[in-house]
Amino acid sequence: MGNFEPTIIAFVCNWCTYTAADLAGTSRLGYPANVRLIRVMCTGMVDPKYVIKAFLEGADAVLVSGCHPGDCHYINGNYKARRRIKLLKEILPQFGFGDERLRLTWIGASDGIQFANTIREMVTQIKRLGPNEAKGTMVI
Amino acid sequence: MKTAKINVKDGDLLATLREFFRSILQLDDISAILVPQHLPMKNVVMPTLVTDPEQLNGADPLAPVFPMNAAKIVSRLTRKPMGGRGRVAVVLRPCEIRAFIELVKLKQGRTEEVVLVGIDCLGAYKNVDYTQIIEEQETDFTSRFYRNVLSGEKMADHGFDLNPACKACEHPVPNGADILIGLFGVDTNKNLLVQARTPKGEDLYRNLDLSDTQEPPERAEAVKSLIAKRTAYRDKMFAETTEVTNSVEKLNIYLANCINCYNCRVACPVCYCKECVFVTDVFNHEPIQYLRWANRKGVIKMPTDTVFYHITRLAHMSTACVGCGQCSNACPNSIPVMELFRTVSFRTQKAFEYEPGKSIKDEPPLSVFREDELSDVVGIGK
Repeated sequence: MGNFEPTIIAFVCNWCTYTAADLAGTSRLGYPANVRLIRVMCTGMVDPKYVIKAFLEGADAVLVSGCHPGDCHYINGNYKARRRIKLLKEILPQFGFGDERLRLTWIGASDGIQFANTIREMVTQIKRLGPNEAKGTMVI
Repeated sequence: MKTAKINVKDGDLLATLREFFRSILQLDDISAILVPQHLPMKNVVMPTLVTDPEQLNGADPLAPVFPMNAAKIVSRLTRKPMGGRGRVAVVLRPCEIRAFIELVKLKQGRTEEVVLVGIDCLGAYKNVDYTQIIEEQETDFTSRFYRNVLSGEKMADHGFDLNPACKACEHPVPNGADILIGLFGVDTNKNLLVQARTPKGEDLYRNLDLSDTQEPPERAEAVKSLIAKRTAYRDKMFAETTEVTNSVEKLNIYLANCINCYNCRVACPVCYCKECVFVTDVFNHEPIQYLRWANRKGVIKMPTDTVFYHITRLAHMSTACVGCGQCSNACPNSIPVMELFRTVSFRTQKAFEYEPGKSIKDEPPLSVFREDELSDVVGIGK
């Protein structure tokens, strides 16, 4: 388990968290390379299917991150995302994809430091948790 | 709310119900009645739409079978204004009424032109079991069935048990009906109960020439003890299903013989998408994709996307699941779909404090949001 490097799929919104990730980069803040960023226009467009598929394909964790409440570029996409994540957090743990593997955060465009810290913290947590067992199955 | 008793002649509930339906159909503002009926061409029970009062002789809403959830039929009948001379009375089971209410909220049905007539539900057999039972049994199986169930006896002379969905159903009384026909806690050898539960139901009730009475005090007690029995069965089912699906490996075993026929989704009354994403090109993968997957894992089970399909369906409809069990009925490979879906739905419905089919006013949880809610979902914990 010592060599386990988790894969985290992060759906980040164009206006806030993606910009924060960009800021982290231009500020030369280091964070673990375990995260795969997928830029979406809004967390409100993250279909629950994307999250389910990520887990079934073996992602060790999924992060959905967007604008703070009240800051959504599309007014309310983040509120809709929050309900969908709540729904997934009720369904997925039943099948062994624990609550800790799916995270929703609000990281504003100026929060490069918070973005780097969030990724660091998540990687630590998932390393402790171990790999997603879906990786080893013959079911796609 | 108004309550009346109607006399049951010679202890024959079916004849009494047929007569009652006839009297409803003869009302000026009722243009048709939708009711399950034994078909003349084959001894199966299917929903029929009747306008001629003489065509109700096979009506049998107590037959312990429903080959489909008729909410889908009522949805078809009401998706646009019908333009008939009056309303259509629809005779439904409680789970069908609850599914229809969900469809109305999803704008896939309208209540304006229907009167919901619900009957206390005695449960049903699995579709395949019922077919076998009536092949081997006497023609008047329904009468023997309801007499046995209402007197608390078991149907001991054949090897079949009621559908698990019905045994786990804690909604045997059609509370959402405009007109309720009550059997529980009533001496059904002598009479049955008719109750108008809504203004629309009272309109119809007034025209039916019924004499008011009180609900017998035994009824609440009978319903309560039935629900307690069902809830105990349900909770045991939840515990067992949780145990056999609580890891992805176990879920894979549970769903191992799923062949992507999507029958469960077709049979589901509340699977609301007009076109299911799983039959679109999104899942029409490039042939090389299968090889890529196989190369990565060494072996993949075919067909692909089975577990993905079921979890996605849970995300779509679990908050609206009424537990009718038609998904399990429809599975060609006997996967206990209902058990899994009810187990997960119980959690998702509880999370949003939502009871599907309870009220047209309760908004489906995924169709709305509040600004100040669910703060526990956000963050990365400690």
